[in-house]
Amino acid sequence: MSNELITASAAELAARLAAKDVSSEEVTRAHLERTEAVDGAVHSYLHVDADGALATAREIDARRAAGEQLPTLAGVPIAVKDVMTTKGLPTTCGSRILQGWIPPYDSTVVTRIKASGMPILGKTNLDEFAMGSSTEHSAYGPSHNPWDLERIPGGSGGGSSSVIASFQAPLATGTDTGGSIRQPAAVTGTVGTKPTYGGVSRYGLVALASSLDQAGPCARTVLDTALLHEVMAGHDPMDSTSIDAPVPAVVEAARRADVSGMKIGIVRQLTGDGFQAGVQQRFEESVQHLIDAGAEVVEVSCPSFTYALAAYYLILPSEASSNLAKFDAMRYGLRVPPANVEDPSAEQVMAATRDAGFGDEVKRRIILGTYALSSGYYDAYYGSAQKVRRLIADDFSAAFERADVLVSPTAPTTAFKLGDKLGDPMAMYLNDIATIPANLAGVPGMSLPSGLAPEDGLPVGFQILAPAMQDQRLYAVGAALEARLLQQWGAPLLASAPDLTAAGKGA
Amino acid sequence: MSELTRADVAHLAGLARIELSDTELDTMVGELGIILESVALVSTAPIDDVEPMSHPMPLVNVTRPDVVRESLSPAAALAGAPEQDQQRFSVPRILDED
Repeated sequence: MSNELITASAAELAARLAAKDVSSEEVTRAHLERTEAVDGAVHSYLHVDADGALATAREIDARRAAGEQLPTLAGVPIAVKDVMTTKGLPTTCGSRILQGWIPPYDSTVVTRIKASGMPILGKTNLDEFAMGSSTEHSAYGPSHNPWDLERIPGGSGGGSSSVIASFQAPLATGTDTGGSIRQPAAVTGTVGTKPTYGGVSRYGLVALASSLDQAGPCARTVLDTALLHEVMAGHDPMDSTSIDAPVPAVVEAARRADVSGMKIGIVRQLTGDGFQAGVQQRFEESVQHLIDAGAEVVEVSCPSFTYALAAYYLILPSEASSNLAKFDAMRYGLRVPPANVEDPSAEQVMAATRDAGFGDEVKRRIILGTYALSSGYYDAYYGSAQKVRRLIADDFSAAFERADVLVSPTAPTTAFKLGDKLGDPMAMYLNDIATIPANLAGVPGMSLPSGLAPEDGLPVGFQILAPAMQDQRLYAVGAALEARLLQQWGAPLLASAPDLTAAGKGA
Repeated sequence: MSELTRADVAHLAGLARIELSDTELDTMVGELGIILESVALVSTAPIDDVEPMSHPMPLVNVTRPDVVRESLSPAAALAGAPEQDQQRFSVPRILDED
C-alpha cells in the first residue's frame, strides 16, 4: 500500500484524492515513513515537519469530506527548499549564520502552496545560500544521490532532487540561479523547470543573485512539474520584478505533448566537446525521438555562450556580495563576539560573526564580488560581464528566430563522486556551463531524464530552453520526449534505481 | 589584469566585513587567483560599443497605494534578534571611544 503511494505521480495522487480513494493523511504518512526509512542514508532534509504536514493533511481530508471544491493538488505533499521562508519552520539556507532562525513570514511560493492545500513535509538541503553544484557546501553535510550514495545529487538543489528521486516526496520546490534546479534534476533522473525570470515571485526567497534567481518546480514527471509550476507561478505585488501577465498554459501543453511542426534548435556550443560520451549519446537519441514525433531540427550557433561562465562568475558574486551584506549579526541570525576583544564594536562583531557563520564557498564569492565591484576593477570585470550578458541575450534572440526551442545536454557529465571537485572551485563551476546562459538572459529552461549513460549507468539530463514567457513550449517538448522514452524503456527511469531500504537494512 | 596579493585579499575581506584567519587567507589567495584568471575571459569578448545589461527584463518602478496594510508585529520582527531591549534591536557599540 504505502509503496504504491510513494511511487505514484502527483497527478495520480491528486486523482485518487479527489475520488476519495485514499486520504491525504494516508499519502502524507506513507511519505513520512519513507523518510524514516531512507533519509538517514540520503540526507535530503534539514528539517522534517511531520506534525505540521499531518495536520494540513487531516484538514484537507475534512474539507474534502465536507464536499468543498479543492485545488488540483490539495492533499498532495511537497518538500520545500530551505532557501524559502516558512513561517514557524526553520529556514537555514544551508548556512550556520541562520541556524535556528524561524522566519516570521511565509515566502509567496509557500503561501501559494498552503493555499493549494499541500502538506509541507519539510525543508530540503542545499549548498549554502544556493552556492554550489553538489550540496557539499551545505553547513549541515551533503545530500546523497539515490542512484549511488557515494555520488552528488547535484546542487544547489540536491536536497530537492534527492527527496523526489528517493520517493520521499512526489514534488519539491527549487531555485535556479545558474542551474540549481536543472543540474540536480539531470544527475538524479528527475524533472525540473526554471521558469522565465519573473514568472515566480522571489518574495521570501533568500536572495543569492537577484537578477538571476528564479524559483521553480521539481518532480518525477513532466506533467507533475507543470502542475506545480501552475501553483507556484503568477503575478505578486510583493516582488517588483514579478511579471504581471497570465501564467503560460503549462499543464495544457504537458497534456497535449505535441511537437509536430515545431523547430528544435541544437546549440552548437553546448554539445560535443567537453560532454561525456554517454551524455552526448543519450542527447542525440532524444533528438531523434523528437524528430520521430514530428519536430524539425536545425543547428544554431550562440558564439557568446563561450563567455557565459566567466560573465556569470562575475555577476553572481557581485550581486551576492551585496545581498549577503544583510547578515550583520544585528537583527536576526548568528551573533559571535570576536575572540580576545574587550567591549567589541558592532563592526568587529559583524566581521567575527561572518567568519564563523559563512562557509568557504560563500566567503570566496563575497570576496570575489567585492573585488569585481571595487573602483579601478569595476569596468574590467563587472562592466565587461554585463556587456557579455547582452551578447548572450542577443544570441538567444537570434537563435529563437530560427527555432521554437533550443536543446542541449543539461550537464556535461553524470553525477560525480562526493569530494571529487571540492578542492577545485573552477572544476565545480564547469558543471553549470550549459545551464548558465538561460539565467543570464532570463529565459525558461527544463531538464528531464534522457536515459542512463552506458559507461556508468547513471542518469543523463536533456535540457530544453524557450523564449521568455513561452514556458509552455518546454512542457510540450518535454512531455513528447518523455512519452517516447517511457515507451522505449517500458518503465520510468527511476524504477531501475537501487532499492534504498534494502541497502539500509544490509548496512 | 593585475595579480591579487595576500594583502589585497585581506583588504577585501575587511571591506566585506569577514575576519579571515591566516590559514583562510593563504588558501583564498591561490583560489581567487585561479578564478580571476578564468573570469578575465570576459574582457576578450567582442564587447566594444555593447550596451551593458544589468537585468533580464526592463525594470520599472512599482508602487502601491499609500494605505496601511498588515505587517509584522514588533514581537514577530524582534523574534530572531540576537539581543533585544525595550522592543528594539540591541547592538554592540558603534563608535570608538576617544
